[in-house]
This record gives sequence, C-alpha cells and structure tokens, in this order.
Amino acid sequence: MSSPKRKLQYSLAINEAFHQMMDKDKSVLIMGQGLKSPWYVGSTCRGLIEKFSEERVIDTPVSENAMTGAAIGAAIAGMRPVIVHPRIDFMIYALDSIINEAANWHYMFGGKSSVPIVIWGIINRGFEQAAQHSQALHALFAHIPGLKVVMPSTPYDAKGLMVAALKDQNPVIYIDDRWLYTEEGYVPRKVYSLPIGKGIIRKKGRDITIVGISYMAREAVKAGDTLEKEGIKAEVIDPRTIKPLDINLIIKSVKKTGRILVVDGGWRTGGIGGEILAEVSEKAFPYLKNPPKRLALPDTPAPMSRTLEKAYYIRAKDITLAVKEQLGK
Amino acid sequence: MYKTMIRIRFCEESLVEPIIKGEIRCPTHLYTGQEAIATGVCAALKKRDLVFGTHRSHGHYLAKGGDMRELIAEIYGKKTGCSRGRGGSMHLISKDKGFLGSVPLVGGTIALAVGAALASKMKKERRVCVSFFGDGATGEGILYESLNFAALKKLPLLFVCENNFYSTHLPLREIRPKDNISEIARPFGIPSLKLDGNNVLQVFKAAKKGVSFCREGKGPFFLECRTYRLRGHVGPDDNIQGAHTDIRPKEEIEKWRKKDPIKKFENFLLKNKILRKSDIKRIQEEAEKEVREAHLFAKRSPYPKAKDLTKYVFT
Repeated sequence: MSSPKRKLQYSLAINEAFHQMMDKDKSVLIMGQGLKSPWYVGSTCRGLIEKFSEERVIDTPVSENAMTGAAIGAAIAGMRPVIVHPRIDFMIYALDSIINEAANWHYMFGGKSSVPIVIWGIINRGFEQAAQHSQALHALFAHIPGLKVVMPSTPYDAKGLMVAALKDQNPVIYIDDRWLYTEEGYVPRKVYSLPIGKGIIRKKGRDITIVGISYMAREAVKAGDTLEKEGIKAEVIDPRTIKPLDINLIIKSVKKTGRILVVDGGWRTGGIGGEILAEVSEKAFPYLKNPPKRLALPDTPAPMSRTLEKAYYIRAKDITLAVKEQLGK
Repeated sequence: MYKTMIRIRFCEESLVEPIIKGEIRCPTHLYTGQEAIATGVCAALKKRDLVFGTHRSHGHYLAKGGDMRELIAEIYGKKTGCSRGRGGSMHLISKDKGFLGSVPLVGGTIALAVGAALASKMKKERRVCVSFFGDGATGEGILYESLNFAALKKLPLLFVCENNFYSTHLPLREIRPKDNISEIARPFGIPSLKLDGNNVLQVFKAAKKGVSFCREGKGPFFLECRTYRLRGHVGPDDNIQGAHTDIRPKEEIEKWRKKDPIKKFENFLLKNKILRKSDIKRIQEEAEKEVREAHLFAKRSPYPKAKDLTKYVFT
C-alpha cells in the first residue's frame, strides 16, 4: 500500500486508534468535554463526529463526576466508552466515580460485573498555566487497586496502548502528556495493541539504568545520547504502564548496571519514582553499587512565572547531571 | 405485589436476631417500612429493565427478582453470596434479573444509572433504567449533574427518591430549607410526582406512568416517595439494642407504624375481597419457609478462602 515505516504524529496516532476501533466495535463511544472544540483535545478526535455522529461522540456539559459515572454505567451496561478529561486537573472532580465505583466494581461484586472503560486524562504542563492547569496525577491512580494506568511516550505506543485499553475488560486510566502531541514516529496502519504492563528498553547500556515515565522517557533518551558521547552508557527503560508495573524488566537491568535513576514528571513524595526504587531495593539490593536515586518534581504546586517554571520542570540536562553525580564523574 | 412485600419484610426481620447476636457483622441497613416503594416500582418494570440501588437495597434486589438465598449468604459473607462474599449487605447484584448493583456511597449509582440508560438508548433496546436513592442524596451535586444530562439526552431513566425523612440521623428539615424534593427535577424539564411511599398501589400507578414515559423515549421521570424506616439507620433499631442513639421521637415512630405499608395493603386486599385471610396466611407461610431455607443455605455455605483474597481485582 505505502511505505511500511509510515510516520504519524502522537495525537493523530490516538485519532487513528479511535477511528479504527469505533469502526470495528459498535459499542465504542467517546464522551467528555471539548470534543467539538479545536483546542481541548487537539487533533485526537478529528473527523470522529463526522464519521460516527454525535450519538457516539458526545461533547458533554461540564459535569466531570456524573459524566465519568455515566460512562462507567454505560460500560456496566455493555458499552465500551472512552471518557476524556482534556485537563487531568478537572478529572479530580471525577475521583469519586473513578475510585469508588469503577476501580472497586469488579471486586466488590465478586467478579460478576466488569467495567470495560478507558478514562483518559491529558497532562497539560508549562506555558505559565500554574497550579490547576499543570498537574501530573498518575501516582494517585496507580495507588488504587482495580485500575490499570498506562502512559505512552511515543506515537507507536499511543495507538497500541489505546487499542489495548479499548479491548481490556478492566478500567484503564490512559494518561498522556500534551508535550508529546507533536512528536512524530512510526505508526503501523493496521490495528495493533500493545500488552498493558510491559515496559521497553529504549536504549541499551551497562553503566546505569534510567527509568523515565511518559515524557521523561523521551528526555531520558536524550540524556542517554548526550552521555554516550562522553563515554557513559546508560540503559533507558520506559515502563509504558505504571500499574501493573513491569518491575522485572527494571530489576533485570539493574542487576546488569548496578545503578538506577528514576525520572518522573510527578511529585516526589508518594510518587511512582519512590515506588520503583522501593521495589528495586527489595528485589535487587545486593546488586546496587550505590544508592538508588530519583528525579521528580519538588513537593510544590506548579508555579506560573517562567523563571519558576524553569526551576520546576525536569529536562534532559538535569538527567545528565544526575547521572554524572551518581557515577561520581 | 403483596407477596413481594411480605418476602422483603420477612427477610429483613429475619436479620434482626443474627445482627444482635453478632452472627451478621457487616453494616446492614434494613428496608422494613419502605417495602411499598421497591415493590411498586419494580412491579411496573419488565425483566430486562435495569435497576441500581443504594446502601438500603435488600428490597430493591428482591423486588427485581434477586435470589434470597444468595442475598442472605452475601450478608453472612459466604462464598455462595451474590457477590461471593466480597460485597456484603451494601453491595448486591443480580445481573440476570437486571439488578446491576447497589453501593453505599450516597448518590453513588445515580450517574451509573444515567450511563446504563444512555447505553439502552444507544443500543435501541428500549430498556428503562431506575435509579433509587434517598433524601440524603439530594445534597449531592452528582444528582443535579445527572438530572441535567438525562434530561438533555432524553434518557429512559426513572429517578426514584425514597424520602424517609432522615439522612442517617439528621431530619430533612436540617438538610434542606424546604420539604420540596419532588420539585428538584422540574427546572430540568423532568416531570415529577410526589407520592405516599407507603401506598403500594399509588407507587405502582405512578411508576407505570413514569416507565411508559421513559419507554416512549420522552426522557426521564422523577418520583418522590415519602416513607419512613421502621428500623434503625443501620441495624435493627438503636433503641431496641440499647444504644439509644436513634434520636427520632417516639411519637413520630408510632405515627408511622400506624401507616405500615403492608398492613395498609393487607386491609385493602381483604376489604376488596382480592385476597382471603387464608391466602394471606399461605403467602406468609411460604415467605417464612423461603427465609428459613435461605438462612440455612447461608449458614451451611463456606466462607471464601483466604488464598482467594486478591481474586477479582481484575477480570
């Protein structure tokens, strides 16, 4: 048909997953705020209303909790809904429906009923948007039994994990970072799904293991490239799913490198970075050559002013420095 | 309908002793006194219609056709319970009968019912969905979000508020400026009725009207059913157990006892010669037997195994 290495933008990879899955499965529907708007969800929902009608692509009132609850109810009654929260900050209104209902549902009814739903939250950081437009809350969801949490960092993963989430019988929290939306990469045209709970080695190395979550995986690869020029070979792992976490992949790498740095775009305390380091300490302690380390956001709400933002967010340069420090170089 | 009411009442009353003895330990909110509502509403439904319940849902579960043995077993925490001992009294399900689930979070299932109604509409199934909730839930924002969306999309959803005048311990007058629950749906253009929730015929008639309205695709309908629980908020009755924390005035309880929905309906049936005393006796004996057997089934059933603790977190 065309070149096997077709490139697609991250947001359009998600869009393609929707087009194909809605075509394939009549029970898939998308609801949430801003689906008709040109700016809320970027190009992820392009062409869906035209193709599948407003019956299946529902731009909703600003009622996050009830709309998420309704999507959960529709899932219980046999549909496969995607509920989108174009800013994950607003998804906090829906924690009740997500945690109390969706996450517990299958367990509290002894497996008699399930909630096949994709709850999609977009992280919108930077650009002086301040505290309520910039939060990264994935650790919160990873804490909850009954939820799976995926965080794709490439266009390939974005499509593959959306398809996987839409096929899963459990509630899947799909969290993406708006900063990734313009990334381009190889995306097969066919429908494919990636296994939820499987990480990937983005860069092979032997000196240190760097685990990067979501956008931080991209920054970790950049840092790895820089370090390579200086003779440091970092192994970069992108877990892709943070619940269930592919801890074996990380442990295997740590056993080889003897060092680990976790880079996460969420807050430090109670974050996923701490969780990964705890697992590594429990399971691979004798292999560690020096203390495990994490880079995370300081325990501070997101600031506004550009000078503060610069100090707040983690970039490849910060990772490079942290690695060198850990290696004593 | 009389049979359903009796089954619910006998089932609820049979739980009193095991609760007091400590054989039943999970929080158990008895439906005694409110039987006319679940019975009247569910009698107006088809089997394929869908129902979501609350913390006080034994009645809804039974009226929709849920199995009594599985209900009692669940309350005892047994493996044979409707939720396999993972839910207890507050998490009941009977999917085959259209009872999709009950939860104790106040207002917790209202939006779920909206979604099930949305699914019904999208699949053109003409199923009507019922959301039961209490007067306490009228304080929850999700109710108003749900009323708005259900009306906006003309969903086949019957909202049933069981107003028993107490939000756990707080009387209605302390949670709302006005006794006007039947009016809350009107700004959304949803027709509503205020009913004597202890009159099963009135509830049935109103529910039939609401269900037809929903089934015809005209949108949601709202019922306020005014009633009273004849037991405590949770457990049999604080005053009987000796804790004396039920702050409801004795005269008030007595007043409502005289309006017992079952006695009311019984008198009607006898007066109009629809049932004879012997019929009533027979129905009651049958219910007694069913309840007795359900307890026996529950007691003989095994508990879930500890090794299965994490089973059912995911499918």
